[in-house]
Amino acid sequence: MSNQLPPIPHDTAPITMPPETAERIARYGKQGARPISDAVPVLEARDVSKYFGRVIALEHVSLSVRPGEVNCLLGDNGAGKSTLIKILSGVHRPDSGTMLMDGEPVDFQSPRNALDRGVATVYQDLAVLPLMSISRNFFIGSEPTTGWGPFRRFDVAAAGRTATDQMLEIGIQVRDPSQLVGTLSGGERQTLAIARAEYFGARVLILDEPTSALGVKEAAIVLRHVIRARSKGLGVIFITHNVQHALPVGDRFTILSHGRSAGEFVRGEVDQDELLRLMGGGDELTHLARELDELMAADAGAIEAAAIPDEVTPTSPDAPVTQVEASESSQD
Amino acid sequence: MTTASATGGDQRLRSVSPLRLFLSRPEFGAIVGAIIVFLIFAVLSVARGDVGKGFLSIQGAASYLEIAAQVGILGAAVSLLMIAGEFDLSVGSMIGASGLLLGLLIVQYGVPPTIAIVLTFAFALAVGAFNGWLRIKTGLPSFIVTLGMLLILRGAGIGFTRAITSNTIVSGVNANTANDPIVKLFTASVTIGGGEFKVVLLWWIVAVVVATWVLTRTRFGNWIFAVGGGEQAARYVGVPVHRVKVILFMTTAASAALLACIQVLSFGSADVLRGTNKEFEAIITAVVGGTLLTGGYGSALGSAFGAFILGTTQLGINFVGINSDWYQVVLGAVLLLAVLANTYLLRRASGSR
Repeated sequence: MSNQLPPIPHDTAPITMPPETAERIARYGKQGARPISDAVPVLEARDVSKYFGRVIALEHVSLSVRPGEVNCLLGDNGAGKSTLIKILSGVHRPDSGTMLMDGEPVDFQSPRNALDRGVATVYQDLAVLPLMSISRNFFIGSEPTTGWGPFRRFDVAAAGRTATDQMLEIGIQVRDPSQLVGTLSGGERQTLAIARAEYFGARVLILDEPTSALGVKEAAIVLRHVIRARSKGLGVIFITHNVQHALPVGDRFTILSHGRSAGEFVRGEVDQDELLRLMGGGDELTHLARELDELMAADAGAIEAAAIPDEVTPTSPDAPVTQVEASESSQD
Repeated sequence: MTTASATGGDQRLRSVSPLRLFLSRPEFGAIVGAIIVFLIFAVLSVARGDVGKGFLSIQGAASYLEIAAQVGILGAAVSLLMIAGEFDLSVGSMIGASGLLLGLLIVQYGVPPTIAIVLTFAFALAVGAFNGWLRIKTGLPSFIVTLGMLLILRGAGIGFTRAITSNTIVSGVNANTANDPIVKLFTASVTIGGGEFKVVLLWWIVAVVVATWVLTRTRFGNWIFAVGGGEQAARYVGVPVHRVKVILFMTTAASAALLACIQVLSFGSADVLRGTNKEFEAIITAVVGGTLLTGGYGSALGSAFGAFILGTTQLGINFVGINSDWYQVVLGAVLLLAVLANTYLLRRASGSR
């Protein structure tokens, strides 16, 4: 059960592509094919494994990100994405394998330790605290202080000014930095967290499902800031299970399936269907789509038989297969 | 990439007037409530012809402010703890237990008052730290951990005191403490216009000012909000979550010890039952003051107004001739109204509907 897909070592050649795939690649390439940097990865997990008791959460997985590059970490639920980013961000320590920064081995003792070294992680649901003000959120754990000795205090004025400036820089005009973050939209909250990471000198930005709970427009705002962070020279690890969000921004795609690496590709080597298939859900989705079409056809037949006027438009059987995403609808 | 044009049209924040800002403060509900409660009793007093006496006299004010101060000292500490997302139900029996300890040390063992006071605070801080440690180590809700501590402290207080003195009341404390300058810090009072204002008022003001300053103007205060608003999120950005919680449990225990010192040294006796139900009054004070039961939001200043409501209600009922049996009914109603109002205000402040 735990091993339906054979592990694909990430250094094997990519799977041969059908002609329509090549066509898509041509299209995706036009959107901004960028030369893949061969610089030393700013952050790299090399052959890491993590076990929780007898459960294999991750086994022999590698992932690296270079400055000015977006590496999309893709995988279905339970593929090990969360475990991997917890290792990258210092929450867990790998049971085996090596972590490297700028080619040097590192050992993150804690998330704070990773943060101090410039690895900032923005978690989907833990990005910000809605009941705290914008300026307080911006500086949690790194509060500017003023004054001396026992009268050293949180510099509220400076925090408010900086937060306002930084938010303006990312395109959100804050008139009152003491306003609660709960008043911001979901996309703006994620954006605030990204801006905070950049402000505090992050070199690697790990974004955990930043677009999953967002509507289309909101997700676009976040994706724009992913690209912006990349052009500033940050290494971005973008975790998602939404291939449509990954393809436009990714330079590199790392796919996890059942705790193992299911391949690593650079932009242009794969298309949406291929990524979906590798994530372990593609075949099932194709099957599901076929089944749904049959049901739909049967249903339409039944309706016609019942002589009901043709108000029901059957969905086109060749409608594009999209990934099933319960969380895609806007929840905030 | 021009970000300004991208989001410039999607402006979500409106400009805010100072009034709106005040409305969105957590203590707003408590301030309005305090004014309303005061006015109700004032009107009832005037209707009885009680102008210049009873509720509307300086003696009256000194009396209800003293009650407010006693619960307010606890409320300031408890609101910080509750903002950090934890409860301390043991403060009530901590008042009884640390009071007994102080009394026994002074009367039974002849310990100089100053040293006895220091030892009492040390005991309270240790129990508070233990509460915090137990909460963190076991992962049990602090409600349960401190409920256990409530019973342990109450029971141990009775057990030890009866074993040592064959009584549950230690009296005669003032015989040993007269003329001690340190004791004066807990017992002094000043008479203004015929009303005797106790030093506990000063302690209350100090507690509220310090708690408010810590909460709104220090890094630690930001951590308190963060721990209560999202423990994991706070931990990930490097907030020492456990340390914050342990310090706050120690603070609530210390506030109980402070109240115990004031009571024992003023009344000259310690009673194991002293402080009964004070844990709930402290929570009510905090909640009425705008602190969210689930943590992450609140105000120490608000707890002062919550305490004021409690004090004026408790004595006001007597002053206007309502049977004091009805005090708890009124208190319960005030609590429910305050929570409803605060929930509504918070929803407005956080922009969610």
